[in-house]
Amino acid sequence: MCLGIPAKVIQIDESKLGKVDYLGTKVKTNLSLLEDIKVGDWVIVHAGFAISVLDEEEAQETLSLLREIAASHQEDEK
Amino acid sequence: MKEFKDKRVIQALLAEIEKKTRTLSSPIRIMEVCGTHTMTVHRYGLKNMIEETGVEMVSGPGCPVCITPNELHEAAIELVTQRENFILTTFGDMTRVPTEKGSLQTTVPAQNSLVDVVYSPEESLEKARLNPEKDVVFFGVGFETTIPAIIMTVKEAAEEGLANYSVLSALWLIPPPLKAIVDAKEIAIDGFLYPGHVSAIIGEKPYRFIAEEYGIPGAITGFEPSDMLLGILSTLEQIEEGKPKVTNAYSRVVRASGNPKALALMDEMLETKDAHWRGLGLIPQSGLRLKKNYASYDAEIKFSLKIKGGSGDLPGCRCGEVLRGLISPPQCPLFIGKCNPESPYGPCMVSFEGACLIFYKYHRAQKG
Repeated sequence: MCLGIPAKVIQIDESKLGKVDYLGTKVKTNLSLLEDIKVGDWVIVHAGFAISVLDEEEAQETLSLLREIAASHQEDEK
Repeated sequence: MKEFKDKRVIQALLAEIEKKTRTLSSPIRIMEVCGTHTMTVHRYGLKNMIEETGVEMVSGPGCPVCITPNELHEAAIELVTQRENFILTTFGDMTRVPTEKGSLQTTVPAQNSLVDVVYSPEESLEKARLNPEKDVVFFGVGFETTIPAIIMTVKEAAEEGLANYSVLSALWLIPPPLKAIVDAKEIAIDGFLYPGHVSAIIGEKPYRFIAEEYGIPGAITGFEPSDMLLGILSTLEQIEEGKPKVTNAYSRVVRASGNPKALALMDEMLETKDAHWRGLGLIPQSGLRLKKNYASYDAEIKFSLKIKGGSGDLPGCRCGEVLRGLISPPQCPLFIGKCNPESPYGPCMVSFEGACLIFYKYHRAQKG
């Protein structure tokens, strides 16, 4: 039930209804729960509503952490 | 983003987790609160891998379809079987929950009435717009993740003056049952993985009492395999340091203060109430209802429903114990036999987030 899908915003109309692209499929999505949303943002979509904007910087930080852990593990294995 | 599922990353994280558990004197038990977490743990085969590192994972109450008590399912059945020209909409899983009165799927609606499955609350509202001669009731179930979407449709209906739309509320808050589980002392929990998408709405603060008053660590956790392991790692670090807190291991989606717009909407439209949970009983201030100025959109008031106890759980169903983390699904004598996905006997076998259905899909071999 709390499944959320990351998708990219491709269209926003005045009433804050819009469309997102999820793996090539264009899906109608309600964007009214988000402030300052713009085309190109990645959002988490749940039950037809976007509930959060993905923060790219934070994502990169987590990815670097994961890469770091993987690299140091490889060192340990050697 | 493939690193979130990468095998080498997962192995490295598991090795890090094992390093930590080796330094700790006793075995560690962590509750993954959310049903979507349970799905990740099993779908990617992480269950055994995590347990081999010395961390026992138990499923929590985070399946809204599962914890909604039969009194509400029966109220929904009553509405659609007794009222003509009526549309009851709900999410798919809700239609299959069995009660003494059958399920929404097996029941025969009254004349010109029907049960309609929707993916989004918006679809329910649209049905009300398109069918002005019928009453449309959305049997709205959900935690904080889903609640803003549900009440947004009520707000839209109010703005449009749409009088034939209302919501039968099964709206639940996540922090109160965690407190109830800890207070019950039936199971010792060393850490919580807090649900990432609930947290996207409520932020970090509502969990702090668990660290501050009960000394139990926890991490807000996402849903990819690496997210889950990062959440476990962060929880173990807190145990090791003896400093329980609420960390955010899903910072690409969750802000510390949550989603301010969604929270403001909830604050404007809803008030808390004591609520009955399947398996957990009455939990103070754990449910939500529409405030007085939206009362005409509350199906319970609009149709004078008497929701008091219903006929309770079906005899022998141990879903309640599964939801409290006390037993694992294969320990229930009905698992796979009388209770299976084709013919579920309890809601934990109905919902795709239910621990019993997840175990059925991935661990059938473990039975017996």
